[in-house]
Amino acid sequence: MSAQSFMPLLGRAGFIFLALLTVVGIGVPTLNLFTTPGSLLHVPDYVVTLGGKYLCYALLALSVDLVWGYCGILSLGHGAFFALGGYAMGMYMMRQIGARGVYGNAELPDFMVFLNWKTLPWYWHGFEYFPFAILLVVLAPGVLAFVFGWFAFRSRVTGVYLSIITQAMTYALLLAFFRNDMGFGGNNGLTDFKDILGFPVQAAGTRAALFLLSALALGTCFIAARVIVNSKFGKIIIGIRDAESRTRFLGYRVEHFKLFIFVISAIMAGVAGALYVPQVGIINPSEFAPSNSIEAVIWAAFGGRGTLWGAALGAIVINAVKSYLTGALPNAWLFVLGGLAIVVTIYMPKGLAGLFAGWKTFPTMPKQAIDLGEAAE
Amino acid sequence: MTTETLLYLEDVSVSFDGFKALNNLNLDVGSNEMRAVIGPNGAGKTTMMDVITGKTRPDEGRVSFRDHALTSMDEVAIANIGIGRKFQKPTVFESHSVWDNLELAMTANRSTFASLYWKLTADQRDNIQSTLERINLVPSSQNLAGSLSHGQKQWLEIGMLLMQQPELLLVDEPVAGMTDAETEKTAALLRDIAKGSAVVVVEHDMDFIRALDVRVTVLHEGSVLAEGSLDSVQNNQRVIEVYLGR
Ligand SMILES: Nc1ncnc2c1ncn2[C@@H]1O[C@H](COP(=O)(O)OP(=O)(O)OP(=O)(O)O)[C@@H](O)[C@H]1O
Ligand SMILES: [Mg+2]
Repeated sequence: MSAQSFMPLLGRAGFIFLALLTVVGIGVPTLNLFTTPGSLLHVPDYVVTLGGKYLCYALLALSVDLVWGYCGILSLGHGAFFALGGYAMGMYMMRQIGARGVYGNAELPDFMVFLNWKTLPWYWHGFEYFPFAILLVVLAPGVLAFVFGWFAFRSRVTGVYLSIITQAMTYALLLAFFRNDMGFGGNNGLTDFKDILGFPVQAAGTRAALFLLSALALGTCFIAARVIVNSKFGKIIIGIRDAESRTRFLGYRVEHFKLFIFVISAIMAGVAGALYVPQVGIINPSEFAPSNSIEAVIWAAFGGRGTLWGAALGAIVINAVKSYLTGALPNAWLFVLGGLAIVVTIYMPKGLAGLFAGWKTFPTMPKQAIDLGEAAE
Repeated sequence: MTTETLLYLEDVSVSFDGFKALNNLNLDVGSNEMRAVIGPNGAGKTTMMDVITGKTRPDEGRVSFRDHALTSMDEVAIANIGIGRKFQKPTVFESHSVWDNLELAMTANRSTFASLYWKLTADQRDNIQSTLERINLVPSSQNLAGSLSHGQKQWLEIGMLLMQQPELLLVDEPVAGMTDAETEKTAALLRDIAKGSAVVVVEHDMDFIRALDVRVTVLHEGSVLAEGSLDSVQNNQRVIEVYLGR
């Protein structure tokens, strides 16, 4: 596609975002791998890993924004989709360990040997194949979102009630994954990964590649999301956000539109989780914690709801601050996050994106800023 | 001008926590007929529209449109067989442009996937343009609907109804908040629309009703109190009592 047809699709700010993402996505791995440590331009290894993590969070925030900012579905359970994508990838990497585990069992992951299991549970089969794992990265969150959304949207659960049941969903999964007999490593989750597609996960080259892939996933999902929200479909879901019953009386099956965007968004969150796990080296049930999902919403709100790039930026900025503060002032972080949520809600309804000129090219928010519920019937 | 019946309500009752908002309501509207519905606040006018459009299920009674039994259909299905509705409180997509509001309302494949690949044809563009002209919003075409005046929003919502090309339009209080000049234009617009489809208009503004010059149904406490020309119902003793007795 030419630059001319790209501009209206992305918007000016979106174009700048994508350009920056490209520079960072290529620049960071390059400066990490091809400069000597200690030189002025060198990017240290830990920055690559940390940055890759932020990019995954950015994708999660983008997926939250897609349903919340554009369709008014305030999901407080997107962390569950993220975690499911992460578990699917984690299971693949567990199987890759093979006989190199502590117990040297080629068939069973260590935690299963520890539990005295004799055979691999049926749902672990297939995860030795990478394409299968990738399929599950998409299917696990996608199917959960479909089933959940099917019931919730058909029953017209909206607003705060919907948010509460999304919390319940992720909490239920948290409890389930905690159980040892579920076969996902219980409390400890999946860890001690050795390699991915034959590349050692700890190696600088692998880290750099994962960083690049995370940037690529974020960029691709950003473009896909922009294509969706710029289409008539996008206008319809914005209509649902602002005046759901009007949309219905025009003859649109609101529940189908919600379901579609919810599933797409869940898949994006799952992909983010799948890229996250090899970079942090562990996935455990705490990723399902309700507070994780709430944090993702705060990122999106802070960055600017209904802009996509703002949500991604919000995730990166907040997590950078978090990394700094947890080192410098370990006890302050939760207060800062809580304070931020309040400040954004009251004083910055358009978030960071609202501070930048050019946000006008995006669909504007309804007047009531950040409302938890739906626009009035 | 008795033509075949398009919309038919028979003994329809709706109660909210024991309070009967509609009480054995009977009404029929012919195809291409325009009907005005008046009645004091709380008479059940809006509730009647809610029942016809599937928003509220009646406790009793039959509602039929052509050969469809509306009581067993939901809002979306009812909208798609050709019943359009303007709400009492103007409801447009505030963060979309006037043009986009009309485009979204336009008859087209309503499926999820069709909307992803949707492209306007030249004919459809002309159709939107001519509707913009009919509702006097050509200069505001690219403005956000949220920035329109109250009266303009009412027109936009009527324009959206036009784009839907329904067989039956239900129009709830279209001139509320309009100046006299705007009211006159709206009456002319609705009369024009009524040439091609059936219209049920609810309104309190008697000058407007007079300008429509159509058969009037008076609702009171959920049922029909009187029906006939505006003059005849205005001279009806029971109607006078209801309006003065409040
Ligand atoms: N969802 C509801 N729950 C409870 N009561 C309702 C509901 N909807 C309507 N009512 C009641 O039913 C009665 C009829 O209301 P309706 O809105 O149909 O009146 P109306 O004729 O449209 O009045 P107005 O001219 O004020 O618009 C009113 O007393 C109203 O309070
Ligand atoms: Mg009313």
